[in-house]
Amino acid sequence: MNTPSTQFVFAARVLHGLMAVMILAMLFIGVGMVASVSERHEWLIRIHKPLGIAILLLAVVRLIVRLRNPPPPLPADLPALQKFAAHASHWLLYVLMLTIPLVGWAMLSAGGYPVMLSESLRLPPIFPVSPIAFAVLRHTHAWLAVLLVLTFLAHLGAALYHGLIRRDGVLSSMIGGRTRGS
Amino acid sequence: MNAPPPLSGRSVLLRFALIAVVLLVIVLAFGYVGGWLAPHRLTAQRLVNQLQANAGVFPGYRRNHAKGVCVAGYFDSNGNAQPYSVAQVFAPGRTPVVGRFAVPSGNPYAPDSSVPIRSMALRFTQTNGQQWRTGMNSMPVFPVSTPQAFYEQLQAQQPDPATGKPNPAKLGAFFASHPETSAFLAWVKTAKPSSSYVTESYWSLNAFVLVDANGAPHAVRWRMVSETPNTTPGSTDPDYLDADLTQRLAQGPQRWHLWVTFANPGDPTNDATKAWPSDRRDIDAGTLVLTSTTPQENGECRDINYDPLVLPDGIQASDDPLLPARSAAYATSYLRRTSEEAHLPGTAAAQATPEAK
Repeated sequence: MNTPSTQFVFAARVLHGLMAVMILAMLFIGVGMVASVSERHEWLIRIHKPLGIAILLLAVVRLIVRLRNPPPPLPADLPALQKFAAHASHWLLYVLMLTIPLVGWAMLSAGGYPVMLSESLRLPPIFPVSPIAFAVLRHTHAWLAVLLVLTFLAHLGAALYHGLIRRDGVLSSMIGGRTRGS
Repeated sequence: MNAPPPLSGRSVLLRFALIAVVLLVIVLAFGYVGGWLAPHRLTAQRLVNQLQANAGVFPGYRRNHAKGVCVAGYFDSNGNAQPYSVAQVFAPGRTPVVGRFAVPSGNPYAPDSSVPIRSMALRFTQTNGQQWRTGMNSMPVFPVSTPQAFYEQLQAQQPDPATGKPNPAKLGAFFASHPETSAFLAWVKTAKPSSSYVTESYWSLNAFVLVDANGAPHAVRWRMVSETPNTTPGSTDPDYLDADLTQRLAQGPQRWHLWVTFANPGDPTNDATKAWPSDRRDIDAGTLVLTSTTPQENGECRDINYDPLVLPDGIQASDDPLLPARSAAYATSYLRRTSEEAHLPGTAAAQATPEAK
């Protein structure tokens, strides 16, 4: 029997770092592009769409990695409520990483827009054209993004709490070279 | 497992403060990017709010060019523009078109004769699924060259609550402080509200860039030139344009030629107030044929946002600052009217009877 690892597997740590950068950039791009009428609006939208699809694809890969490689256990002395919050927020992050790009894609489809990832690369529509569905999906896209920002802030705050105050190895299990208990 | 040495109470407090500062900085960064810290930054929301302040809110309708009618037909390309653009629409052959004629005002009940300008919006759907959307006006130049100046023009045109009309002093002050409006003002002085959508020609106003098979860019503007030009002004009846269009289409398809004008080096591509000299190379790229019309309440054009930056491979935006602002403002208008159609909470409710003005 293997003893439970104290670290996430290498693939999980690489995906975590890569997607952290991509998702944080994406959230800033989203906020910035709807608040601008300059050429910035245009080039941010050009990045937004292919980056969103890249996040969707990586999220699928990450979900598979996660299901095949159970994460290291949380510290035994962590209060039950914090354990629950940790698990719930992680699964919420997975749900948001997968649904926000899909809702964006469906929203453009419902609005009758060609879903262009570049000058010439077009994705097929995944939702029938409907102005009512467009409005619902467009608002859903924005509210889910707000929820993602809040979940990200809670995630980062909790990670720093583990790393700076509890110093229980949870932070280093994802980002550190030092392993817990060694 | 080696437990880390315990922290002093002061140290714990400092570390909590550090975490709070990190999170706060991130929230502030979002605020900075989103313009929450700069309430005077021009946004699409503010542009559309100003359009609503000027014309009123008519739920379900576009925030500008609200009064209009759907049309359908096709574009027959003759291949003349193909050497300059890889867009499928310019290859010899036929591309289906769904379009819309409109009168520029946010009020869908404005009389047809209220302004001497008409607009034509078109969506070309290529066989590869890419689209070309364009919104054109029946005037050769735009009054202003920047989104900020357009916003100021809208502010100057806002009706005075006392008279219900724009304040002439404010309008005068705006035009006096914006000399770039002179070409438009000279044009509008002689322009009359036409009796028909069909007899008008429609200009892209903004410049675009065609990209050929070698990737070489060609700065252009385009216009749809009517095969049946006529300058008869319309009557004072509030609604004659739709009836005229229906009557003409009943007699047969109506045609325009797509003329593409190429810039010479140095011609401004970022200033829609300046026409290019008339000796610039012009090509007739094909014929737009409109065959049918439908009221916009149930026509296909109703749910189309004629965003001028929905472009196929082979057509790109120029550096004209009006283009991204149009794209952003159209998206805001589209979201507001579709939200009203969906009866989402917080949106204006549609009225059963038109509130004629």
